[in-house]
Amino acid sequence: MAPVSTPTFFTRKQASVTNGWGASAERLGWLIASLLSFVLLWQLVASYADDVRRFPTPAIVLETVSQLAASGALWANISTTLVRVILAFFFAMVIGSVIGILLGKFPRVDRFFDPWLVLFLNLPAIVTITLCFIWGGLTQAAAVTAVALNKIPSAAVTLREGTRALSRDLNEMAEVYKFGWWKTLRHVTIPQLAPYFASAARTGLALIWKIVLVVEAFGGNGKGVGYQIFIAFQEFDVSIILAYALAFILIVQVIEFTVLQPLIERVNKWRR
Amino acid sequence: MAALDPRSGGAPIRIRVDRKIFPAIGAREAQLVLSDVKFEVQPHSFLVLTGPSGCGKSTLLNIIAGLDSDFQGAIDLGAGKDRMTYIFQSPRLLPWRTVYENIALALPDGDPRVKNIPEMLARVGLTDAATAYPERLSLGMQRRASLARGFILEPDILLMDEPFVSLDDPTAQSLRRLLIELCERHPTTVIFVTHDRAEAVQLATRILRLAPGKASVVQDANVQLTTAQRLDRGLVLAEQSRIFAAA
Repeated sequence: MAPVSTPTFFTRKQASVTNGWGASAERLGWLIASLLSFVLLWQLVASYADDVRRFPTPAIVLETVSQLAASGALWANISTTLVRVILAFFFAMVIGSVIGILLGKFPRVDRFFDPWLVLFLNLPAIVTITLCFIWGGLTQAAAVTAVALNKIPSAAVTLREGTRALSRDLNEMAEVYKFGWWKTLRHVTIPQLAPYFASAARTGLALIWKIVLVVEAFGGNGKGVGYQIFIAFQEFDVSIILAYALAFILIVQVIEFTVLQPLIERVNKWRR
Repeated sequence: MAALDPRSGGAPIRIRVDRKIFPAIGAREAQLVLSDVKFEVQPHSFLVLTGPSGCGKSTLLNIIAGLDSDFQGAIDLGAGKDRMTYIFQSPRLLPWRTVYENIALALPDGDPRVKNIPEMLARVGLTDAATAYPERLSLGMQRRASLARGFILEPDILLMDEPFVSLDDPTAQSLRRLLIELCERHPTTVIFVTHDRAEAVQLATRILRLAPGKASVVQDANVQLTTAQRLDRGLVLAEQSRIFAAA
């Protein structure tokens, strides 16, 4: 069985709660220093390489970003890719969670399907992608399916673990106090699964936005960040590759901090 | 102490467990836990099931509660079966809900008794902890919250499984007093499991003792103490040695 990552974000969250403003200012300082030295290092290596096309400086990449943004290409391609990310993420989380909960709940079903899960967990991404395009054609549906299929098994494994860990004590309590299925689901089951769901969501987003670029490069139909990178590769235009990479990293980080993190903090506010 | 109320006139709780077996798991053989356990509990009496650990008393309580249906026999809770509450050995509060929410969740949606919660919280001394999450409270406070959750339902039948175990003595003593007080306010039939003989004598109107080898009731004794006498440690000790002299 593949190892299961237990949710590890609790400690991170606690640190951010116990620290005051001074501490977060200090952390911001470290962040800026760290990023600045990265840019500096990049600049140094680029000027040593002295080849604008194959190793552009930060300034050139930044200029490419603004040119792409001005032409509208940047946002058009990023939004195309983001739609794929969101669709694939949604389907992977829903399907993976349902499968995981069923496997965790029914040991017989689990014993039967566990080998399938191992099979899909170890299936190389490039194989799922190839097969999806062969069977589904170069369509949006095939692309989204290919991405989702790469995440479903690990989401299922995480949620299976969470379902197995559901407290029998609390279920008995809910039974004795006649909670009924809806109250039990809402107040007993879902709060217990939330950290596993959050963990699957976070690793899922990290995996999906990387896979989606490969899928687009592989079965590109003219749009999407992955396809643009593929074209840039053929033209050896590194500044375009890095420009898209930078813009995409930025967007994913924004999603992480404005959507995922607050959600996780809300779900965990009861912890000591 | 909830004395037998002649006016209540309710039917007694009838318990009959012919046979309860823990099935074999791996190398462990199947085990006969209970056999030929049969007794009635009069309305508004306080019955204590006692005996060393492993004698099957918690198993019996789970059977009575309906949590364990894998046994031969029959349980008749009479009219009180819809107003039964189980207070567990561990508090079993929902850690992601506040103390107040935990108590409110025990009530059906829209139940008017929700307005009694502040008074119940005051009674168990948790008014200031109403909005706290359980894991931030001491075990004693969690136990009190669990008692409040059980009592807000004004149960006719109250099952309790070692609810005061692993508490320091003064805390346990104050919770026992609270239990006696709550039972007097709302007359309840109590079935209480404990391995602590002093606690058994202090609370019970009747004690059933189970023995592990026998898998059955080996002693059935009435406790002859008034409510006031139960607070006197010396009298409780004397009654304890009278009841358990043969044991």
